Amino acid sequence: MAEIAAVIASTHHPFYYKASTSTGAERPPFADAWQAKIEAFRETLTVAEPDVLLLVGSDHFHQFWLDNMPQFLVGHAEQYDANWYNEEREFGLPRMHMQGDRDLSGHILRGGLDTGFDLAFSNELRLDHSVTCPIITLRPQNDLPVVPVYTNIFAPPLPQPKRFVQLGQALRDLVESWPSDKRVAIIGTGHLSLELGGPRQFGPHGPDPEFDAKAVEWIRTGDIERCLGEVTIENLLEPGNATQGFMDFMLMMGVAGEGVTADYSDNLDLFHTMEAYFTWYPGGDPRKAAAAAAASLPEQAAAAAAQEV
Amino acid sequence: MSRYLVDKFLFTVDRDPDLVERYREDPRGTVAWWEAEEANRLLNCVSQERSTWLAFADDEREALATHDYPRLFELGAHPFLTLTLFIALFERDYEQPLGFQLEYAQRLSGYSLPYPDITT
Repeated sequence: MAEIAAVIASTHHPFYYKASTSTGAERPPFADAWQAKIEAFRETLTVAEPDVLLLVGSDHFHQFWLDNMPQFLVGHAEQYDANWYNEEREFGLPRMHMQGDRDLSGHILRGGLDTGFDLAFSNELRLDHSVTCPIITLRPQNDLPVVPVYTNIFAPPLPQPKRFVQLGQALRDLVESWPSDKRVAIIGTGHLSLELGGPRQFGPHGPDPEFDAKAVEWIRTGDIERCLGEVTIENLLEPGNATQGFMDFMLMMGVAGEGVTADYSDNLDLFHTMEAYFTWYPGGDPRKAAAAAAASLPEQAAAAAAQEV
Repeated sequence: MSRYLVDKFLFTVDRDPDLVERYREDPRGTVAWWEAEEANRLLNCVSQERSTWLAFADDEREALATHDYPRLFELGAHPFLTLTLFIALFERDYEQPLGFQLEYAQRLSGYSLPYPDITT
């Protein structure tokens, strides 16, 4: 069966690409620190040596519209084009192209339908920045096949927060039951407190730092119970009118598991919103395994030398 | 009330570079043309298959025709759609980075929670 190489939850900030690639006077003062944090975060995926990426995000009114709005949808295409004219226009994002993995897509669709998630699907899906941002930050060489899963955090009525957690749990089970020898990284992006098109937008930090601190702690410690106890669809509008995107973090908490502390966590207070990065290694931390192997090398060398004598 | 149709206008204009420019230059004319020709177009169908019943309420039409984004906020237009399109329309007129976005926030500063409902 497939193995989960890593579980990663992140904010997706469409301005990162522009900030990190700009130079000279164009480069914002916070770009160096941001880039350093992203590169450290990237390493947590690199060391996990994934073969396939399952990417959880949300279409921002690009392909899906209010005349036909899926709540949860799985991409079922051989290939995916990505990023849209208005993302190029506003964020300077490049057009991208990814390979798909229809075998994993089909397994998740069939398995989801059979276990209580009536998932929608798409055979021709143009992806947007909710799933291309983590490619840019975590796998810029863009060399792995992907399976996108879209959630509706955007167009009310929305599914309940609990459903996001349950879908995360289901996705984990489905990946682990995929008859394949591949290593799958499950990567999902959402938001902490965020305001878009409202009076609290584009402030010096996120609209609700108190919520952000609480949310980071829920995610870091895998405290699904407390998080579900405090969060409702309605009260997520209080920290910021786009904070319902936090439910994609809740989905990733479902993937990582109740009470499971992240092996890596970091955050960065930026204008407009806080960035937050988390990695779990369900099969053990490959950095610790590598360190242990390195530590045992001198012993092995000594043993070999003793044998030669 | 036709909140869905206001959102449909913002959505279809925002994704089309020519329409973005047309709406910037001639908001009233673009809104009148769009309501007559485009409002009832089913987006995923051939042009012969049209809806028959969609029209703006007077205050919605006027808000769109006057680029009045605070009024669109009040009417429950989806704030992401409004913000994205209006950045495309007016960010270029501001010298400071985020100048337009901050003015946008300031012009909405009279609103407090709960914000107008955006459910369609």
